[in-house]
Amino acid sequence: MPDALALIANAAGKLTREGLRATGRGATALPGLVALTLDPNFIGALSAELEYGVACVSGTNGKTTTARMLADISRTAGWNPIHNRSGSNLDRGVAAALLAHTSWSGEPGGNFGLFEIDEASLPSAVGKLEPRVVVVTNLFRDQMDRYFELDTLAKKIGDALAALPATTTLVLNADDPLVANLAVRRDAKTIFFGVDDPDVGGVVPQAISDATRCPRCKSPLKYARVVLAHVGDWSCPSCGLTRPPRDVSATKILLGPDGSEIALAGTVGSIFESVRVPIPGLYNAYNALAALAAARALDLGLAEAIRALANFRPAFGRLEKIEHKGRTLRLVLVKNPAGFNAAIGALLETGRTPRLLAALSDRDADGRDVSWIWDADFEALAPSVEHAVITGLRGRDLALRFKYAGLAKERMEVVDEWSAAIDRATMLAPEGGEVVVLATYTAMQALRAVLAHAGAAVPFWED
Amino acid sequence: MDLRIAHLYPDLMNIYGDRGNVIALAQRAKWRGIEVEVRPYSVGEWADPEWPDVWFFGGGQDQGQDIVGADLAGKNGAALRKSVEGGGAIFSVCGGYQLLGHEYVPEVDPSIPGVGILDVTTRAGKRRFVGNLLVDSPDGQLVGFENHSGRTYLGPGAKALGTVIAGNGNNGEDKTEGAVQGKVIGCYLHGSCLPKNPWLADRLLAWALDRRHKDTKLDPLDDADEAAARVQASEVARTRT
Repeated sequence: MPDALALIANAAGKLTREGLRATGRGATALPGLVALTLDPNFIGALSAELEYGVACVSGTNGKTTTARMLADISRTAGWNPIHNRSGSNLDRGVAAALLAHTSWSGEPGGNFGLFEIDEASLPSAVGKLEPRVVVVTNLFRDQMDRYFELDTLAKKIGDALAALPATTTLVLNADDPLVANLAVRRDAKTIFFGVDDPDVGGVVPQAISDATRCPRCKSPLKYARVVLAHVGDWSCPSCGLTRPPRDVSATKILLGPDGSEIALAGTVGSIFESVRVPIPGLYNAYNALAALAAARALDLGLAEAIRALANFRPAFGRLEKIEHKGRTLRLVLVKNPAGFNAAIGALLETGRTPRLLAALSDRDADGRDVSWIWDADFEALAPSVEHAVITGLRGRDLALRFKYAGLAKERMEVVDEWSAAIDRATMLAPEGGEVVVLATYTAMQALRAVLAHAGAAVPFWED
Repeated sequence: MDLRIAHLYPDLMNIYGDRGNVIALAQRAKWRGIEVEVRPYSVGEWADPEWPDVWFFGGGQDQGQDIVGADLAGKNGAALRKSVEGGGAIFSVCGGYQLLGHEYVPEVDPSIPGVGILDVTTRAGKRRFVGNLLVDSPDGQLVGFENHSGRTYLGPGAKALGTVIAGNGNNGEDKTEGAVQGKVIGCYLHGSCLPKNPWLADRLLAWALDRRHKDTKLDPLDDADEAAARVQASEVARTRT
């Protein structure tokens, strides 16, 4: 049983939650904040009650999708995960998820904690949660007004992971040198995942690279293959550090407009399986590999994992499809250069000439500094764009980015108000056609709220 | 007519989207029918002082800044000084700005010498300045986003680029932001700076072209989109910083 303080915090949080939900709000964070104010150790106390322990998923991109994949896998295996599903991924989001699934008397309503954790919060969260498994998907530059520099962040995460007991298994992306290096100071089990398909990625390093230097000796890294930014088949010619052997590896990835087919191999045993990932994009194939590696770390069956992935449905703004006025809106959440480049890569892989509704905002959850759009490869996108309707609190910056990337004036227009922007973008697309919605976090929330009001989408905290 | 842009250390000194400044300089020249070539220069690559008309030098992570500082202590720093003497222009932001000054003085470690092209000195500060930055100058306003812990102080040889209206600027004390000395500019404006502040971009273009093409007149461009972005960003800086 949780102690008295945790029970009081639980009750206070639950009251807050009921109050918020009675007024029709999402309650994905505030109840958690209330509970944490009363008991700073609240998430540790409640998660200690969970039979199958806790898994944390972190990293710059892909954590929401990876965590949802892992939730589906654990459910298929008969577990009952408590999951901060809506992407509210600070301590308070974890606390809110826990108290929502804990009874007034402190009985957990699940047996496995699955928490997506913001990478800046990861060091403090893992200390409290003592997870069985920590997954790190990748580390890219993101919202530097909040996370500051990537090297500093990687060091903080490495310090926190080094302090965890040997019972914690790390699940790390071997292809990301910053992430792979998080394991060096640990003498405990690590499962690495990566892509070994020689046809994935090119040989030319991409313009926006965060880690061109060896994480150990700071010399320039050499790449046999670059997948995205600094992710790829890397090695350091100076000190000899190389990509660690992959325990879960994709030897072949076939990308299609509605999903990918992965040939999966592993160094443990003789596992060779075909895995279907029903959402497009190479980055989603990576997310699936991360989820499969985490499933192995949790001793969940591969057959169940593959079955769960085949039935996977995307999360908020991660290539969701929404029908609206006879058009299909495809929602793509963008928040940093690497994520943007991966998303437009997936979009253009299939030869589309997209009609866009693009929205840039600068609230805290979006990142207050909009500079990142200049690191994103709009130059690759602009020649294919049929038309772009541009909106958001910083829509004018976004319009300027398109202009300097060479998008012709007559192919774009700024519409300042959310619902007018949706109407305009929808009207411009032919009946039965598609509009690709590229938006930052709070802009996506605002657009979805308008769509929900028009009867098109489900409010995000209910899915 | 042609324009030569050197992008300094694009692999190490390019965070916070500073490459947008190179994109802005290049596009605004091309839109006027000027041919443009951009050359990247990184550590250990010889920077030819005769080639560039304008240099861009952005901000980096601490790791990058150490490596670049060491590189500039050698012949590449001398090349930069020679280029400026020969009429080359420089636009620098954040870490690049700091490294063009006399030195950067950390809290404990020994100071890192700079190139000394700008009469400024930077000292480490405890609190990081993060937020929108709005600056007034006799030639027009400038808007961007600052993210730095260094405090930069101007010597008599450098003039402030402008006066802070919202945000912190050079040091959070004297209301100055940035530095101008001859054709060398340094500032703390990310954003990227030049796309949203086209008058500054055009000033740099004029300085750069003047090195090899005397009495160049820049044709005016339609800057309505740039103005709209600046108005929106300035409003945010005034109300939400």
